[in-house]
Amino acid sequence: MAKATPLNSFLDQAGSLSKFSFRFLWQWFKPRYEGSEFLRQCYVIGYNSLPLIGLTGFIMGLVLTMQLRPSMIEYGVESQLPAIVGISVVREIGPVITALIFAGKIGSSIGAELGSMKVTEQIDAMQVSGTNPFKYLVVSRVLAATLMLPILVILSDAISLYGSYIGVNIRGNTSFNLFWTQVFDNLAFYDVLPAFIKTFFFGFAVGIIGCFKGYNSNKGTEGVGRSANSAVVVSSIMIFILDLLAVQITDVLGFN
Amino acid sequence: MMITENKTILKDAVVKGDEPVMIIRNVYKSFENNHVLVDFNLDLYKGENVVVLGKSGSGKSVLIKCIVGLLKPDKGTIEVFGKNIPELNEAELDQVIARVGFLFQSNALYDSMTVRENLEFPLRRHWIKVTQEEVNTMVMNALEDVGLEHTVDMMPIELSGGMRKRIALARTLILKPDIILYDEPTTGLDPITGKEIIKLMVDIQKKYNTSSLIISHDMNCVRMASDRIVILLDGKCYANGTYAELKKNEDPKVKQFFE
Repeated sequence: MAKATPLNSFLDQAGSLSKFSFRFLWQWFKPRYEGSEFLRQCYVIGYNSLPLIGLTGFIMGLVLTMQLRPSMIEYGVESQLPAIVGISVVREIGPVITALIFAGKIGSSIGAELGSMKVTEQIDAMQVSGTNPFKYLVVSRVLAATLMLPILVILSDAISLYGSYIGVNIRGNTSFNLFWTQVFDNLAFYDVLPAFIKTFFFGFAVGIIGCFKGYNSNKGTEGVGRSANSAVVVSSIMIFILDLLAVQITDVLGFN
Repeated sequence: MMITENKTILKDAVVKGDEPVMIIRNVYKSFENNHVLVDFNLDLYKGENVVVLGKSGSGKSVLIKCIVGLLKPDKGTIEVFGKNIPELNEAELDQVIARVGFLFQSNALYDSMTVRENLEFPLRRHWIKVTQEEVNTMVMNALEDVGLEHTVDMMPIELSGGMRKRIALARTLILKPDIILYDEPTTGLDPITGKEIIKLMVDIQKKYNTSSLIISHDMNCVRMASDRIVILLDGKCYANGTYAELKKNEDPKVKQFFE
Protein backbone atom coordinates (compact mmCIF):
# COMPACT_ATOMS: atom_id res chain seq x y z
CA MET A 1 0.00 0.00 0.00
CA ALA A 2 1.25 3.49 -0.88
CA LYS A 3 2.46 5.65 1.99
CA ALA A 4 -0.13 8.28 2.99
CA THR A 5 1.75 11.46 2.12
CA PRO A 6 -0.12 14.74 1.51
CA LEU A 7 0.54 14.34 -2.24
CA ASN A 8 -0.86 10.79 -2.25
CA SER A 9 -3.86 11.93 -0.29
CA PHE A 10 -4.44 14.85 -2.69
CA LEU A 11 -4.17 12.59 -5.75
CA ASP A 12 -6.44 10.04 -4.15
CA GLN A 13 -9.09 12.70 -3.45
CA ALA A 14 -8.74 14.17 -6.95
CA GLY A 15 -9.14 10.72 -8.51
CA SER A 16 -12.16 9.89 -6.37
CA LEU A 17 -13.76 13.26 -7.16
CA SER A 18 -13.24 12.69 -10.91
CA LYS A 19 -14.78 9.23 -10.62
CA PHE A 20 -17.68 10.69 -8.68
CA SER A 21 -18.20 13.36 -11.38
CA PHE A 22 -18.22 10.75 -14.16
CA ARG A 23 -20.70 8.71 -12.14
CA PHE A 24 -22.89 11.83 -11.95
CA LEU A 25 -22.75 12.29 -15.73
CA TRP A 26 -23.58 8.61 -16.27
CA GLN A 27 -26.44 8.56 -13.78
CA TRP A 28 -27.86 11.85 -15.07
CA PHE A 29 -28.98 10.27 -18.34
CA LYS A 30 -30.24 7.04 -16.84
CA PRO A 31 -33.93 6.74 -15.89
CA ARG A 32 -35.62 7.02 -13.42
CA TYR A 33 -35.65 10.83 -13.44
CA GLU A 34 -36.12 12.49 -10.08
CA GLY A 35 -38.08 15.53 -11.33
CA SER A 36 -39.91 16.42 -8.14
CA GLU A 37 -36.79 16.13 -5.98
CA PHE A 38 -34.91 18.29 -8.52
CA LEU A 39 -37.61 20.99 -8.31
CA ARG A 40 -37.56 20.81 -4.51
CA GLN A 41 -33.79 21.26 -4.55
CA CYS A 42 -34.11 24.23 -6.95
CA TYR A 43 -36.38 25.82 -4.36
CA VAL A 44 -34.08 24.99 -1.44
CA ILE A 45 -30.83 25.86 -3.21
CA GLY A 46 -32.04 28.73 -5.36
CA TYR A 47 -34.98 30.50 -3.77
CA ASN A 48 -33.78 30.09 -0.19
CA SER A 49 -30.38 31.57 -1.09
CA LEU A 50 -31.91 34.68 -2.59
CA PRO A 51 -32.05 36.89 0.56
CA LEU A 52 -28.38 36.25 1.38
CA ILE A 53 -27.21 36.66 -2.21
CA GLY A 54 -29.35 39.81 -2.59
CA LEU A 55 -28.01 41.40 0.58
CA THR A 56 -24.37 40.69 -0.18
CA GLY A 57 -24.86 41.83 -3.78
CA PHE A 58 -26.36 45.13 -2.66
CA ILE A 59 -23.54 45.80 -0.19
CA MET A 60 -20.94 44.77 -2.78
CA GLY A 61 -22.23 47.31 -5.34
CA LEU A 62 -22.58 50.09 -2.79
CA VAL A 63 -19.13 49.59 -1.24
CA LEU A 64 -17.38 49.16 -4.59
CA THR A 65 -18.84 52.44 -5.80
CA MET A 66 -17.90 54.32 -2.65
CA GLN A 67 -14.37 52.89 -2.70
CA LEU A 68 -13.84 53.70 -6.38
CA ARG A 69 -15.15 57.24 -6.26
CA PRO A 70 -12.01 58.96 -4.76
CA SER A 71 -9.71 57.36 -7.35
CA MET A 72 -12.09 58.21 -10.19
CA ILE A 73 -12.23 61.84 -9.00
CA GLU A 74 -8.44 61.93 -8.78
CA TYR A 75 -8.14 60.86 -12.42
CA GLY A 76 -11.00 63.12 -13.48
CA VAL A 77 -13.22 60.34 -14.72
CA GLU A 78 -15.93 60.38 -12.09
CA SER A 79 -18.59 60.33 -14.78
CA GLN A 80 -17.39 56.88 -15.81
CA LEU A 81 -18.13 55.43 -12.37
CA PRO A 82 -21.33 53.54 -13.42
CA ALA A 83 -19.53 52.05 -16.41
CA ILE A 84 -16.53 50.84 -14.38
CA VAL A 85 -18.69 49.39 -11.63
CA GLY A 86 -20.96 47.75 -14.23
CA ILE A 87 -18.09 46.05 -16.02
CA SER A 88 -16.41 44.97 -12.77
CA VAL A 89 -19.60 43.56 -11.31
CA VAL A 90 -20.79 41.76 -14.44
CA ARG A 91 -17.45 40.36 -15.56
CA GLU A 92 -15.80 39.37 -12.34
CA ILE A 93 -16.94 40.50 -8.93
CA GLY A 94 -20.58 39.45 -9.26
CA PRO A 95 -19.97 35.87 -10.42
CA VAL A 96 -17.03 35.18 -8.09
CA ILE A 97 -18.38 36.76 -4.89
CA THR A 98 -21.83 35.24 -5.45
CA ALA A 99 -20.28 31.83 -6.11
CA LEU A 100 -18.20 32.10 -2.93
CA ILE A 101 -21.24 33.04 -0.84
CA PHE A 102 -23.11 30.20 -2.55
CA ALA A 103 -20.28 27.79 -1.71
CA GLY A 104 -20.42 28.87 1.93
CA LYS A 105 -24.17 28.43 2.21
CA ILE A 106 -25.01 25.59 -0.17
CA GLY A 107 -21.72 23.64 -0.23
CA SER A 108 -21.68 23.35 3.55
CA SER A 109 -25.36 22.50 3.80
CA ILE A 110 -25.15 19.77 1.15
CA GLY A 111 -21.98 18.37 2.74
CA ALA A 112 -23.53 18.32 6.21
CA GLU A 113 -26.92 16.99 5.07
CA LEU A 114 -25.56 14.10 3.03
CA GLY A 115 -22.85 13.40 5.62
CA SER A 116 -25.46 13.17 8.34
CA MET A 117 -27.65 10.94 6.15
CA LYS A 118 -24.66 8.70 5.51
CA VAL A 119 -23.69 8.21 9.15
CA THR A 120 -27.29 7.62 10.27
CA GLU A 121 -27.83 5.00 7.52
CA GLN A 122 -30.52 7.08 5.78
CA ILE A 123 -28.74 6.58 2.45
CA ASP A 124 -28.78 2.79 2.97
CA ALA A 125 -32.45 3.02 3.94
CA MET A 126 -33.18 4.78 0.65
CA GLN A 127 -31.46 2.04 -1.26
CA VAL A 128 -33.51 -0.70 0.40
CA SER A 129 -36.63 1.38 -0.31
CA GLY A 130 -36.09 0.90 -4.04
CA THR A 131 -34.36 4.25 -4.58
CA ASN A 132 -31.08 4.90 -6.28
CA PRO A 133 -29.69 7.27 -3.63
CA PHE A 134 -27.07 8.65 -5.99
CA LYS A 135 -29.72 9.82 -8.44
CA TYR A 136 -32.14 10.97 -5.77
CA LEU A 137 -29.64 12.84 -3.62
CA VAL A 138 -26.62 13.67 -5.75
CA VAL A 139 -27.90 14.17 -9.29
CA SER A 140 -30.82 16.35 -8.18
CA ARG A 141 -28.63 18.54 -5.97
CA VAL A 142 -25.79 18.96 -8.47
CA LEU A 143 -28.19 19.84 -11.29
CA ALA A 144 -30.07 22.28 -9.08
CA ALA A 145 -26.82 23.96 -7.97
CA THR A 146 -25.57 24.13 -11.59
CA LEU A 147 -28.76 25.78 -12.81
CA MET A 148 -29.56 28.00 -9.83
CA LEU A 149 -26.20 29.73 -9.44
CA PRO A 150 -26.34 31.47 -12.88
CA ILE A 151 -29.82 32.78 -12.04
CA LEU A 152 -28.64 33.95 -8.64
CA VAL A 153 -25.66 35.68 -10.25
CA ILE A 154 -27.92 37.58 -12.66
CA LEU A 155 -30.11 38.71 -9.77
CA SER A 156 -27.11 39.53 -7.64
CA ASP A 157 -25.59 41.61 -10.48
CA ALA A 158 -28.83 43.54 -10.86
CA ILE A 159 -29.14 44.19 -7.10
CA SER A 160 -25.46 45.07 -6.93
CA LEU A 161 -25.84 47.66 -9.68
CA TYR A 162 -28.83 49.07 -7.87
CA GLY A 163 -26.60 49.35 -4.79
CA SER A 164 -24.08 51.12 -6.96
CA TYR A 165 -26.76 53.58 -8.15
CA ILE A 166 -27.46 54.43 -4.52
CA GLY A 167 -23.70 54.71 -3.87
CA VAL A 168 -23.32 57.13 -6.79
CA ASN A 169 -26.14 59.28 -5.44
CA ILE A 170 -24.85 59.47 -1.88
CA ARG A 171 -22.38 62.15 -2.95
CA GLY A 172 -23.60 62.98 -6.42
CA ASN A 173 -26.73 63.40 -8.39
CA THR A 174 -27.23 60.95 -11.24
CA SER A 175 -30.65 60.05 -12.57
CA PHE A 176 -31.80 56.45 -12.61
CA ASN A 177 -32.00 56.45 -16.44
CA LEU A 178 -28.59 58.02 -16.91
CA PHE A 179 -26.98 55.52 -14.53
CA TRP A 180 -28.40 52.48 -16.32
CA THR A 181 -27.72 53.96 -19.76
CA GLN A 182 -24.07 54.42 -18.81
CA VAL A 183 -23.86 50.87 -17.45
CA PHE A 184 -25.40 49.19 -20.50
CA ASP A 185 -23.67 51.42 -23.08
CA ASN A 186 -20.36 50.17 -21.78
CA LEU A 187 -21.26 46.50 -21.49
CA ALA A 188 -20.66 44.34 -24.53
CA PHE A 189 -21.74 40.83 -25.44
CA TYR A 190 -18.28 39.48 -24.62
CA ASP A 191 -18.51 40.99 -21.13
CA VAL A 192 -21.71 39.20 -20.33
CA LEU A 193 -21.55 35.81 -22.06
CA PRO A 194 -18.24 34.37 -20.71
CA ALA A 195 -19.14 35.60 -17.22
CA PHE A 196 -22.53 33.92 -17.49
CA ILE A 197 -21.12 30.64 -18.83
CA LYS A 198 -18.53 30.29 -16.09
CA THR A 199 -21.22 30.51 -13.42
CA PHE A 200 -22.60 27.13 -14.59
CA PHE A 201 -19.19 25.61 -13.88
CA PHE A 202 -19.01 27.35 -10.50
CA GLY A 203 -22.45 25.96 -9.62
CA PHE A 204 -21.47 22.48 -10.76
CA ALA A 205 -18.27 22.64 -8.69
CA VAL A 206 -20.14 23.67 -5.53
CA GLY A 207 -22.78 20.97 -6.03
CA ILE A 208 -20.48 18.10 -6.92
CA ILE A 209 -17.89 18.86 -4.22
CA GLY A 210 -20.58 19.27 -1.53
CA CYS A 211 -22.17 15.97 -2.56
CA PHE A 212 -18.81 14.20 -2.85
CA LYS A 213 -17.73 15.26 0.62
CA GLY A 214 -21.09 14.42 2.20
CA TYR A 215 -21.67 11.15 0.36
CA ASN A 216 -18.24 9.87 1.37
CA SER A 217 -18.45 11.09 4.92
CA ASN A 218 -17.36 8.74 7.68
CA LYS A 219 -16.15 8.76 11.29
CA GLY A 220 -19.56 9.67 12.75
CA THR A 221 -20.57 13.19 13.73
CA GLU A 222 -16.97 14.42 13.59
CA GLY A 223 -16.89 13.32 9.96
CA VAL A 224 -20.08 15.28 9.21
CA GLY A 225 -18.51 18.52 10.47
CA ARG A 226 -15.37 17.77 8.52
CA SER A 227 -17.36 17.10 5.35
CA ALA A 228 -19.22 20.41 5.63
CA ASN A 229 -16.04 22.33 6.30
CA SER A 230 -14.05 20.67 3.59
CA ALA A 231 -16.90 21.12 1.06
CA VAL A 232 -16.68 24.90 1.54
CA VAL A 233 -12.89 25.07 1.45
CA VAL A 234 -12.45 22.85 -1.62
CA SER A 235 -15.29 24.41 -3.62
CA SER A 236 -14.03 27.93 -2.84
CA ILE A 237 -10.57 27.01 -4.11
CA MET A 238 -12.14 25.33 -7.13
CA ILE A 239 -14.08 28.53 -7.93
CA PHE A 240 -10.81 30.49 -8.11
CA ILE A 241 -9.14 27.80 -10.22
CA LEU A 242 -12.10 27.72 -12.64
CA ASP A 243 -12.08 31.52 -12.76
CA LEU A 244 -8.40 31.46 -13.66
CA LEU A 245 -9.07 28.92 -16.41
CA ALA A 246 -12.05 30.93 -17.68
CA VAL A 247 -10.01 34.12 -17.98
CA GLN A 248 -7.29 32.25 -19.88
CA ILE A 249 -9.81 30.71 -22.26
CA THR A 250 -11.64 33.99 -22.92
CA ASP A 251 -8.24 35.62 -23.48
CA VAL A 252 -7.28 32.98 -26.05
CA LEU A 253 -10.67 33.35 -27.74
CA GLY A 254 -10.20 37.12 -27.91
CA PHE A 255 -13.01 38.09 -25.55
CA ASN A 256 -10.78 40.19 -23.27
CA MET B 1 -28.31 -29.31 20.75
CA MET B 2 -26.12 -28.57 17.80
CA ILE B 3 -22.58 -27.41 17.83
CA THR B 4 -21.27 -27.27 14.36
CA GLU B 5 -18.27 -26.46 12.36
CA ASN B 6 -20.11 -24.72 9.59
CA LYS B 7 -22.69 -26.18 7.25
CA THR B 8 -23.95 -29.41 8.82
CA ILE B 9 -26.36 -27.44 10.92
CA LEU B 10 -28.80 -26.61 8.23
CA LYS B 11 -30.76 -29.81 7.96
CA ASP B 12 -31.03 -30.13 11.73
CA ALA B 13 -32.45 -26.67 12.14
CA VAL B 14 -35.49 -26.10 14.27
CA VAL B 15 -37.90 -24.87 11.65
CA LYS B 16 -41.46 -23.58 11.64
CA GLY B 17 -42.29 -24.21 8.00
CA ASP B 18 -40.94 -26.44 5.29
CA GLU B 19 -40.32 -23.68 2.86
CA PRO B 20 -37.00 -21.81 3.13
CA VAL B 21 -37.46 -18.17 2.16
CA MET B 22 -33.76 -17.46 2.39
CA ILE B 23 -30.81 -19.76 1.72
CA ILE B 24 -27.29 -18.50 2.37
CA ARG B 25 -24.47 -20.71 1.16
CA ASN B 26 -20.68 -20.45 1.42
CA VAL B 27 -20.62 -16.68 1.77
CA TYR B 28 -17.25 -14.95 2.11
CA LYS B 29 -16.73 -11.25 2.71
CA SER B 30 -13.46 -9.49 3.48
CA PHE B 31 -12.40 -5.88 3.90
CA GLU B 32 -8.74 -5.85 2.88
CA ASN B 33 -7.15 -8.30 5.34
CA ASN B 34 -10.14 -8.47 7.66
CA HIS B 35 -12.06 -11.66 6.84
CA VAL B 36 -15.53 -10.91 8.19
CA LEU B 37 -17.56 -13.78 6.77
CA VAL B 38 -15.85 -17.08 6.05
CA ASP B 39 -17.92 -19.81 4.41
CA PHE B 40 -21.08 -18.67 6.19
CA ASN B 41 -24.28 -20.71 5.78
CA LEU B 42 -27.82 -20.10 6.98
CA ASP B 43 -31.40 -21.05 6.10
CA LEU B 44 -34.45 -19.04 7.12
CA TYR B 45 -37.81 -20.73 6.96
CA LYS B 46 -41.26 -19.24 6.54
CA GLY B 47 -42.69 -17.93 9.79
CA GLU B 48 -39.43 -18.45 11.67
CA ASN B 49 -37.59 -15.97 13.91
CA VAL B 50 -33.84 -16.55 13.72
CA VAL B 51 -31.46 -14.53 15.87
CA VAL B 52 -27.88 -14.18 14.70
CA LEU B 53 -25.87 -13.75 17.87
CA GLY B 54 -22.32 -12.52 17.85
CA LYS B 55 -19.87 -10.14 19.47
CA SER B 56 -19.55 -6.54 18.28
CA GLY B 57 -17.58 -6.44 15.07
CA SER B 58 -18.18 -10.10 14.32
CA GLY B 59 -19.79 -9.35 10.94
CA LYS B 60 -23.49 -9.51 11.84
CA SER B 61 -24.34 -6.19 10.20
CA VAL B 62 -22.18 -7.05 7.19
CA LEU B 63 -24.23 -10.23 6.77
CA ILE B 64 -27.54 -8.41 6.89
CA LYS B 65 -26.29 -5.77 4.43
CA CYS B 66 -25.21 -8.49 2.02
CA ILE B 67 -28.74 -9.94 2.18
CA VAL B 68 -30.36 -6.71 0.93
CA GLY B 69 -27.64 -5.96 -1.61
CA LEU B 70 -26.06 -3.02 0.22
CA LEU B 71 -22.81 -4.99 0.21
CA LYS B 72 -21.72 -7.62 -2.26
CA PRO B 73 -20.20 -10.83 -0.90
CA ASP B 74 -16.84 -11.84 -2.34
CA LYS B 75 -18.08 -15.37 -2.89
CA GLY B 76 -21.17 -17.49 -2.24
CA THR B 77 -24.90 -17.30 -2.86
CA ILE B 78 -27.68 -15.53 -0.99
CA GLU B 79 -31.00 -16.75 -2.32
CA VAL B 80 -34.05 -14.80 -1.23
CA PHE B 81 -37.32 -16.20 -2.61
CA GLY B 82 -35.19 -18.25 -5.01
CA LYS B 83 -33.29 -15.27 -6.46
CA ASN B 84 -29.55 -14.97 -5.91
CA ILE B 85 -29.15 -11.41 -4.60
CA PRO B 86 -25.52 -10.74 -5.72
CA GLU B 87 -26.41 -11.59 -9.32
CA LEU B 88 -29.51 -9.39 -9.63
CA ASN B 89 -29.58 -6.12 -11.54
CA GLU B 90 -31.07 -2.98 -10.01
CA ALA B 91 -34.65 -3.63 -11.20
CA GLU B 92 -34.66 -7.29 -10.18
CA LEU B 93 -33.16 -6.46 -6.80
CA ASP B 94 -35.84 -3.81 -6.30
CA GLN B 95 -38.56 -6.42 -6.86
CA VAL B 96 -37.08 -8.84 -4.32
CA ILE B 97 -36.25 -6.16 -1.76
CA ALA B 98 -39.84 -4.88 -1.87
CA ARG B 99 -40.72 -8.12 -0.04
CA VAL B 100 -37.96 -7.66 2.56
CA GLY B 101 -38.23 -5.13 5.38
CA PHE B 102 -35.12 -3.75 7.06
CA LEU B 103 -35.10 -2.15 10.49
CA PHE B 104 -31.84 -0.23 10.79
CA GLN B 105 -29.87 -0.01 13.99
CA SER B 106 -30.03 3.80 13.89
CA ASN B 107 -33.68 3.73 12.68
CA ALA B 108 -32.62 5.71 9.58
CA LEU B 109 -35.74 7.88 9.59
CA TYR B 110 -35.48 10.71 7.07
CA ASP B 111 -34.98 13.84 9.18
CA SER B 112 -36.38 16.20 6.57
CA MET B 113 -39.67 14.29 6.24
CA THR B 114 -42.68 13.95 8.53
CA VAL B 115 -43.65 10.54 9.89
CA ARG B 116 -46.29 10.27 7.15
CA GLU B 117 -43.75 11.06 4.42
CA ASN B 118 -41.29 8.59 5.94
CA LEU B 119 -43.91 5.84 5.73
CA GLU B 120 -45.06 6.82 2.25
CA PHE B 121 -41.53 6.82 0.87
CA PRO B 122 -41.11 3.03 0.31
CA LEU B 123 -44.60 2.81 -1.22
CA ARG B 124 -43.84 5.48 -3.78
CA ARG B 125 -40.30 4.32 -4.52
CA HIS B 126 -41.13 0.69 -5.16
CA TRP B 127 -43.53 1.73 -7.94
CA ILE B 128 -46.48 0.33 -6.08
CA LYS B 129 -49.65 1.54 -7.77
CA VAL B 130 -52.00 2.76 -5.05
CA THR B 131 -54.33 5.72 -4.77
CA GLN B 132 -53.69 8.47 -2.23
CA GLU B 133 -56.62 7.16 -0.21
CA GLU B 134 -55.08 3.68 -0.07
CA VAL B 135 -51.71 5.20 0.86
CA ASN B 136 -53.36 7.04 3.76
CA THR B 137 -55.02 3.84 4.94
CA MET B 138 -51.78 1.88 4.72
CA VAL B 139 -49.90 4.58 6.64
CA MET B 140 -52.51 4.66 9.38
CA ASN B 141 -52.66 0.85 9.59
CA ALA B 142 -48.89 0.62 9.94
CA LEU B 143 -48.94 3.28 12.65
CA GLU B 144 -51.79 1.47 14.40
CA ASP B 145 -49.68 -1.70 14.45
CA VAL B 146 -47.05 0.16 16.48
CA GLY B 147 -49.55 2.22 18.49
CA LEU B 148 -48.43 5.64 17.28
CA GLU B 149 -51.27 6.96 15.09
CA HIS B 150 -51.08 10.39 16.73
CA THR B 151 -47.52 11.02 15.48
CA VAL B 152 -48.45 10.96 11.80
CA ASP B 153 -47.71 14.64 11.16
CA MET B 154 -44.76 14.96 13.54
CA MET B 155 -41.09 15.21 12.53
CA PRO B 156 -38.70 12.43 13.64
CA ILE B 157 -36.76 14.92 15.77
CA GLU B 158 -39.86 15.43 17.95
CA LEU B 159 -40.03 11.75 18.89
CA SER B 160 -38.32 9.81 21.69
CA GLY B 161 -35.84 6.99 20.94
CA GLY B 162 -38.45 4.28 21.51
CA MET B 163 -41.01 6.10 19.34
CA ARG B 164 -38.48 6.51 16.56
CA LYS B 165 -37.79 2.78 16.69
CA ARG B 166 -41.53 2.06 16.46
CA ILE B 167 -41.94 4.45 13.53
CA ALA B 168 -38.99 2.79 11.79
CA LEU B 169 -40.74 -0.54 12.38
CA ALA B 170 -43.98 0.87 10.96
CA ARG B 171 -42.06 1.97 7.85
CA THR B 172 -40.65 -1.54 7.57
CA LEU B 173 -44.15 -3.00 7.86
CA ILE B 174 -45.89 -0.76 5.37
CA LEU B 175 -45.09 -2.98 2.40
CA LYS B 176 -46.24 -6.07 4.32
CA PRO B 177 -42.88 -7.79 3.88
CA ASP B 178 -42.47 -11.56 3.96
CA ILE B 179 -39.08 -11.26 5.64
CA ILE B 180 -38.03 -8.65 8.18
CA LEU B 181 -34.38 -8.04 8.96
CA TYR B 182 -33.67 -6.39 12.30
CA ASP B 183 -30.25 -4.88 12.89
CA GLU B 184 -29.70 -4.57 16.65
CA PRO B 185 -33.33 -3.56 17.35
CA THR B 186 -32.80 -2.78 21.04
CA THR B 187 -29.51 -0.90 20.84
CA GLY B 188 -29.66 2.52 22.51
CA LEU B 189 -32.97 1.82 24.25
CA ASP B 190 -33.58 1.45 27.97
CA PRO B 191 -34.42 -2.12 29.10
CA ILE B 192 -38.16 -1.43 29.43
CA THR B 193 -38.52 0.17 26.00
CA GLY B 194 -36.27 -2.56 24.59
CA LYS B 195 -38.65 -5.22 25.92
CA GLU B 196 -41.63 -3.35 24.44
CA ILE B 197 -39.94 -3.33 21.04
CA ILE B 198 -39.16 -7.05 21.26
CA LYS B 199 -42.78 -7.80 22.23
CA LEU B 200 -43.92 -5.72 19.27
CA MET B 201 -41.61 -7.67 16.95
CA VAL B 202 -43.00 -10.99 18.22
CA ASP B 203 -46.61 -9.75 17.91
CA ILE B 204 -45.99 -8.57 14.37
CA GLN B 205 -44.43 -11.90 13.44
CA LYS B 206 -47.51 -13.70 14.77
CA LYS B 207 -49.95 -11.31 13.12
CA TYR B 208 -48.42 -11.36 9.63
CA ASN B 209 -46.61 -14.74 9.77
CA THR B 210 -43.38 -13.08 8.62
CA SER B 211 -39.94 -14.63 8.79
CA SER B 212 -37.45 -12.59 10.77
CA LEU B 213 -33.69 -12.46 10.89
CA ILE B 214 -32.64 -10.58 13.99
CA ILE B 215 -29.09 -9.40 14.52
CA SER B 216 -28.43 -8.87 18.19
CA HIS B 217 -26.17 -9.27 21.16
CA ASP B 218 -28.88 -8.36 23.64
CA MET B 219 -29.70 -11.60 25.49
CA ASN B 220 -33.18 -10.35 26.45
CA CYS B 221 -33.94 -9.94 22.79
CA VAL B 222 -32.40 -13.31 21.97
CA ARG B 223 -34.44 -15.08 24.67
CA MET B 224 -37.76 -13.42 23.91
CA ALA B 225 -37.70 -13.24 20.13
CA SER B 226 -35.86 -16.32 18.90
CA ASP B 227 -37.23 -19.58 17.57
CA ARG B 228 -33.68 -20.48 16.68
CA ILE B 229 -30.29 -18.93 17.41
CA VAL B 230 -27.26 -18.93 15.14
CA ILE B 231 -23.96 -17.99 16.74
CA LEU B 232 -21.66 -16.12 14.39
CA LEU B 233 -18.06 -16.60 15.43
CA ASP B 234 -14.88 -16.04 13.42
CA GLY B 235 -17.02 -15.35 10.36
CA LYS B 236 -18.70 -18.76 10.53
CA CYS B 237 -21.95 -20.18 11.76
CA TYR B 238 -20.42 -21.71 14.88
CA ALA B 239 -23.51 -23.03 16.63
CA ASN B 240 -27.18 -23.36 15.98
CA GLY B 241 -30.14 -24.27 18.19
CA THR B 242 -32.93 -23.00 20.40
CA TYR B 243 -32.26 -20.74 23.38
CA ALA B 244 -32.75 -23.61 25.80
CA GLU B 245 -30.43 -25.91 23.86
CA LEU B 246 -27.60 -23.43 23.55
CA LYS B 247 -27.92 -22.27 27.16
CA LYS B 248 -27.16 -25.80 28.32
CA ASN B 249 -24.15 -26.11 26.04
CA GLU B 250 -20.79 -26.59 27.70
CA ASP B 251 -18.61 -25.26 24.86
CA PRO B 252 -16.85 -22.20 26.37
CA LYS B 253 -17.25 -20.25 23.13
CA VAL B 254 -21.03 -20.75 23.29
CA LYS B 255 -21.24 -20.44 27.05
CA GLN B 256 -19.70 -16.95 27.05
CA PHE B 257 -22.88 -15.59 25.43
CA PHE B 258 -25.18 -17.05 28.08
CA GLU B 259 -23.23 -16.22 31.23
